[in-house]
Amino acid sequence: MTDIQVWTLVFVLLTFGAYIYIAYASRVSTTSGFYVAGGGIPASANGAAIAADWMSAASFISMAGIVAFSSNGYAGSVYLMGWTGGYVLLALLLAPYLRKFGKYTIPDFVGDRYSESARMVAVVAAIVISFVYVAGQMSGVGVVFQRFLGVDAVQGVMIGMAIVFFYAVLGGMKGITWTQVAQYSVLIVAYLIPVVAISVKLTGMPVPQIGFGEILTQLDGLQQDLGFAAYTTAFTQETMLNMVLITAALMFGTAGLPHVIVRFYTARSVRAARFSALWALFFISLLYTSAPAIGAFSKLNFIDQIDGAAIGQTPGWFNTWADVGLITGTGGGAIEDLNGNGAIDYNGEASNEILVNNDIIVLAAPEIAGLPAPVVGLVAAGALAAALSTASGLLLVISSAVANDVYYKKINPQATEARQLLVGRIAMAGAIIIAGYLGINPPGFVAQVVALAFGLACASFFPVLVLGIFWKKTTAAGATAGLAAGLGTTLLYMVWTIDIYGNSDGIFSIPETGFGTIGMLINLVVTVVVSKFTKEPSPVMQELVEEIRYPGKTRLVAAHAEGHIEDVLPSEGSGPSAEGPAKP
Amino acid sequence: MDETQRRDYWRRNLRLMAVLLTIWALVSFGAGIIFVEPLNNIEILGFPLGFWFAQQGSIITFVVLIAVYVWRMDKLDAEFGIDEYEEEVHHS
Repeated sequence: MTDIQVWTLVFVLLTFGAYIYIAYASRVSTTSGFYVAGGGIPASANGAAIAADWMSAASFISMAGIVAFSSNGYAGSVYLMGWTGGYVLLALLLAPYLRKFGKYTIPDFVGDRYSESARMVAVVAAIVISFVYVAGQMSGVGVVFQRFLGVDAVQGVMIGMAIVFFYAVLGGMKGITWTQVAQYSVLIVAYLIPVVAISVKLTGMPVPQIGFGEILTQLDGLQQDLGFAAYTTAFTQETMLNMVLITAALMFGTAGLPHVIVRFYTARSVRAARFSALWALFFISLLYTSAPAIGAFSKLNFIDQIDGAAIGQTPGWFNTWADVGLITGTGGGAIEDLNGNGAIDYNGEASNEILVNNDIIVLAAPEIAGLPAPVVGLVAAGALAAALSTASGLLLVISSAVANDVYYKKINPQATEARQLLVGRIAMAGAIIIAGYLGINPPGFVAQVVALAFGLACASFFPVLVLGIFWKKTTAAGATAGLAAGLGTTLLYMVWTIDIYGNSDGIFSIPETGFGTIGMLINLVVTVVVSKFTKEPSPVMQELVEEIRYPGKTRLVAAHAEGHIEDVLPSEGSGPSAEGPAKP
Repeated sequence: MDETQRRDYWRRNLRLMAVLLTIWALVSFGAGIIFVEPLNNIEILGFPLGFWFAQQGSIITFVVLIAVYVWRMDKLDAEFGIDEYEEEVHHS
């Protein structure tokens, strides 16, 4: 074993041991504990859990590389702004109101506010979006085990599955939340230590967010010399319109993702839901403002060490990543000395000889900067924490959609608490096995689909949720039509622009990742127009929507949470109808 | 809360939201994208200003916006006598 492997093993064993201990200490015995941790999580802990839930293998492993290597630098800003700006929307437009509404899942809100058919559409959307995501997390776990511990990727995925199985099945949302708090701590320390160390090494400034500025002029110059666009120059890859559309799709998509929204149900009160959003974005911003810095530092180091390096004299980290196929020649195969000058050429011109996978930048950064082995091991443990925490949050969405929205609401409404909990645990176990399978055999399109999932969430959930809260007269027919129109047009556009149909430029060159914004506008217009022409919601429903605007205990919301809203206004109806309890 | 108080509470909530969301759009879509080129002519601590907004400033502003929202809503709740600090959850 190398030093790096020993240190990786030490950190992985320590962190996994901690997760197992926490899970055992916070095991649950109620459905409320299983789905929403009994609604009793303090805001700062909930914020850390949301941050860990949100920051996936993609944020931890890939984002810095996407910003610095697959874009010129500026173009990657869409991810930085898009994946954080969505939290402002969540905090102001959704979190407090959904928390007041109560219940467990997004389909719960959609079903109770609109109709049973809308609930089923929401269940399907939530499950599809979550599985797409979770496949990427599991394969990320495999990559880390393979690269740092020399374990076979399949075994790596299985180890990850076993850990998640233990704490998710046992502890449900409560186990997941407290484990995520620990995972956030691990991942942020693992991310910040190398960034700070590299910043000090390159600029003498321990705050990477400031040190970053000192190398930009140099990096701009280097990139231009090598035939790349300058690092800070705008619109070299995407037009202004596309930057706006993609950023908006990521922002509104973030605010429509079920595994994020559901976290606000775990808060103690409306006030705690607001504070959770604040803590969450604060914790996320620590990583998101560091990511562009580590990307830029690594780009500088990479160009410095690799361009012009004699073949056979390349640094050790370069050779290790080339061995696992994540640094390759331009054809995707072995690195070749195309122009026969005996050295590696890395540039933005025809003479370029290497391709760098985005996923290695953060993992390789400590080695590129020559930091000691413990730091490398810590980064590996951090990447595992990021992947596992997101995977468990997504798995909970899947199991609660199956057990609560399908089994309890549709198949067996008389199910006892113990029975529901059992179904939830079985659904969780099943979801973990499917996720593990997808992680071992990832469908080739996972990476693209993850990006597209935001467009779909943006075009489907976001308008339906916001209108459902802010416009009392949104009708079930309006929401269903809007949902179908937004989701339908966005899906069609995404399929239509796939290369095989030869329409890859799309309409007005709008990229498929940005079309979600258009889909959202279509959804909005259709929902409003159809709602105008259909019978407005019942007075009880309108009053219920009115009540979720005000924190504190209110009559209808309390009755709704206890499932007997029809008792409050007996003249309004007689028992639950097929359209849900609140629509007599 | 009676009907007038409710309307007042809601109107003030909406006004706060409108102000905060305007700033949200101005720093990200405005300073970070639409006006990035003219802003890049200004340089602070090595950062072209537009680029800084796109990769740092907008994120920092987002955190501040939520902090202001939480703080103002707390004050608004207090003013209207809404107190749910001790309230325990009522999940079914």
